[in-house]
Amino acid sequence: MSAPPIAPAPVAPKRNRKLSIALVFLCTLLGAAAQILMKTGTRATTDAGPLGLIVAIFTNLNLFIGYSLYGLSTVVLIIALKYGELSILYPVIALTYVWVTALSVGFYGESLNFWKFVGLTTIVLGVGVLGRGMKKQA
Amino acid sequence: MALVLAASFIGSFGAAFLKSGADRLHRDVRTLFTNWRLAIGVFFFLASSLLYLRGIKEGELTVLYPMVSLGYVWTLLWSRLFFGEPFTREKLIGLAMILVGIVFLALGNR
Repeated sequence: MSAPPIAPAPVAPKRNRKLSIALVFLCTLLGAAAQILMKTGTRATTDAGPLGLIVAIFTNLNLFIGYSLYGLSTVVLIIALKYGELSILYPVIALTYVWVTALSVGFYGESLNFWKFVGLTTIVLGVGVLGRGMKKQA
Repeated sequence: MALVLAASFIGSFGAAFLKSGADRLHRDVRTLFTNWRLAIGVFFFLASSLLYLRGIKEGELTVLYPMVSLGYVWTLLWSRLFFGEPFTREKLIGLAMILVGIVFLALGNR
């Protein structure tokens, strides 16, 4: 009886790829929510100097939760990057721009016009293309 | 708008310092706190974040948030200059698209 052959460790198993995409997707939602809370929070500040803002981050609930979610989304992103390839995850990250735009229209009544729409689309595609460039390098 | 664009510039220095600091980390956890590059990186991120907050206080998030993507442009530039990471065709096309997109957003800004 011979010892079973040792299988080489797969670099990025499929299961992990799906997990990493799901994590990054979660990241984009957390990141977008953070932006809305930060905007709501900063609008309520009276002292917008550097010190005033630092105090506000700890005393203004919207800002505090916004920053916490931002931090959380960063941690989730780092975990996701461990499991997946940057080139695949980048285009997913760009979804955050879409969520923030949708939420700004919904919460603040901001309007979309032609240039904003074209600009947003170009940036989302650009970040996606950038991600493809990361693949070549690795 | 100028505040958010400045924030992206300063924030990209944060990323560059964190990277050069992280390259010098050792297994000892204490090096995490004695590493001045990491400290400067965190400081730049904080400064950038405060400028950004100040920027989104007024102005529309539909214009300002996507403008944060300018940070990618700076970061790739520093990666090329300081860490010798090569530009690929995809990177250059992506960068150009982001820049063009930011100009479009500025046109849509009121």
